Amino acid sequence: MIDVTLYLAPVTVRLRAPFGAVRQHLEVFYPEALHPGAKARHFIDFDIRITHGAGWRRWVRPQARFLLDHTEPFLPLPASQAAPLFEWGLNWCLASRPLGYLVMHAAVVARDGDAIVMPGSPGAGKSTLCAALTFIDQWRLLSDELAILAPECGSLQPNPRPISLKNDSIDIVARFPGARLGQRYADTRKGTISHAAPPAASRAAAAQQARCRWVIFPRFAPGADPHCEEIGRAEAFARIAEQSFNRDRMGETGFHALCAMLDTARCFEIGYDSTDTALAMVRDITGR
Amino acid sequence: MRSAACERLIAVLKTPRQAEALDLAGWSELVASARAANLAGLLAERVAAAGITAPPEAARHLEAIRQLSRRQTQSVRWEVHGLQRALCRLGIPLVLLKGAAYAVSDHPVGRGRLFGDIDILVPRHALGDVELRLMVAGWASAKTSPYDQRYYRTWMHELPPMVNLRRGTVLDVHHTILPLTSRHAPQAETIIRAASALPDLPAVRIPRPEHLLVHSIVHLLHEGELHNGLRDLFDIDGLLRAGAGEADFWPRVVEASRTLDVIAPVAFGLHLARHLLDSPIPPQVIEDLFNAAGGPASRLLTMLYTTALRPENEAAESAAATLARFAIYVRAHWLRMPPHLLLRHLAHKSIVRLRKDEPATDGRA
Repeated sequence: MIDVTLYLAPVTVRLRAPFGAVRQHLEVFYPEALHPGAKARHFIDFDIRITHGAGWRRWVRPQARFLLDHTEPFLPLPASQAAPLFEWGLNWCLASRPLGYLVMHAAVVARDGDAIVMPGSPGAGKSTLCAALTFIDQWRLLSDELAILAPECGSLQPNPRPISLKNDSIDIVARFPGARLGQRYADTRKGTISHAAPPAASRAAAAQQARCRWVIFPRFAPGADPHCEEIGRAEAFARIAEQSFNRDRMGETGFHALCAMLDTARCFEIGYDSTDTALAMVRDITGR
Repeated sequence: MRSAACERLIAVLKTPRQAEALDLAGWSELVASARAANLAGLLAERVAAAGITAPPEAARHLEAIRQLSRRQTQSVRWEVHGLQRALCRLGIPLVLLKGAAYAVSDHPVGRGRLFGDIDILVPRHALGDVELRLMVAGWASAKTSPYDQRYYRTWMHELPPMVNLRRGTVLDVHHTILPLTSRHAPQAETIIRAASALPDLPAVRIPRPEHLLVHSIVHLLHEGELHNGLRDLFDIDGLLRAGAGEADFWPRVVEASRTLDVIAPVAFGLHLARHLLDSPIPPQVIEDLFNAAGGPASRLLTMLYTTALRPENEAAESAAATLARFAIYVRAHWLRMPPHLLLRHLAHKSIVRLRKDEPATDGRA
């Protein structure tokens, strides 16, 4: 049984789990969590428990359950997926629990405080491109999954956690320089998945916020002709709003925060059939 | 009997200054308890009103919940405008109950509150027309099984819940305030007739302050599920404090309990609010009500509610609370319907439950 406090900018998480696989996951991806330092912060934003399945599901086709406080927001998963369940569940917590942030489904990387936000429907290649920018072009990883925008200052909050990779992208990212992948989990709801550890530099800079300068909608399609097109902010707004978890719940504040983020950003749509092409396009767009 | 965390939550809500003594871990526990009791918004409002500076880690949760509450208030008002549009042609009064009434009338109890379903009360004779107009306006019945449909229509005080097809908002259309099969048979017309109109919503009515209070009490005591029990008790506290601004409020409460045939539950509800929250109720009022009801508050029932009313995170882990809640659940059903119906209903429910796994909401991962 582990009972640890994880200091993950911008939240503090208490995690309790009896699964060895969760412990291993933490050892690989959150090593400092198991060796608590001298920090005396004790406000717990999310109290998470991964528990054994109820009743006979502890023994027969064992399950893992995800609990936030006393609530169980998901159906249980097979016990072998306890570690990915933690990552998915944590994303859900960040997207659902009101913390005053506008949270969008997008990858975010930054350089010198200037960030690229890449919203993406599942399968668009967002995580792979995010990993490429992080490992090949040395952008700083803020998140591969969640753009967390603070309305009052308009800055993006880093949440550098393992990059979640699916199916074919696992082998592609495994070949990137410096990429360190964890265990593979076959037959999940999303196919085979694995996680890539964020670079140490990104983790070390987890307290440094960034400002959105570019919004890029990536679309990977095998055999497609590369294209890169600048799009209007109104269109970008509509498309990001679709990928926002809580803009509606945040009412006017969410609306204005998204407008303000786009006011200082240029927006692009890119289509490509290889990582190299995509990287070249991003270099053109950002000039870096 | 209740945990220190629950006691502290109640204490801070009553006297917000007590929060100033908390360290970060204390705030963490306070916010968690408040959230589990669905009282985080009220906590946020009271902490802010008392001018207390919460540590930033706690403040962002509290501020975000206030914002959510404001947003939900706005949504409820917007839905009520839609209801006004959908039903105005019928020429009937449309009385808002509970959360919707607080939100639309800008009642102090609505501040920081989170809202679930929208509850409305309409004259029973208009029920068919109301349902039809609502369906035209995009509301559909959420209960599809014939048993559930019949359960509501034959025995209950409301139509099966209706869901807006576009927005997913849930609407409960009541024609009285207690199930038709219940021991008590309040005449809802009294509430409808006395309700006051709103300036910009001609069809919409807000119940009189004493009716808001009586309904809130009856709802808490006849509802078998106590997930929001502590929150409901704080609603009751807020309603009676706000109502007592009118000079003849307490005589009106007693009169309304009599007219609506709910003296015993109102007596017990007020007793509970005084017992658990120190709500300011004239002792004579409670005494008169208990005399009229035929006896003092049951000590067993007081003990059951004291044990059961606590934040959900504790209730889940306390055997005493689970037991007390079960007893209250059974009692609520006992009050809701005569024994033979009750037996039939519970048997049906348990068979249905055995057939399918308990559903859990599927989250987005």
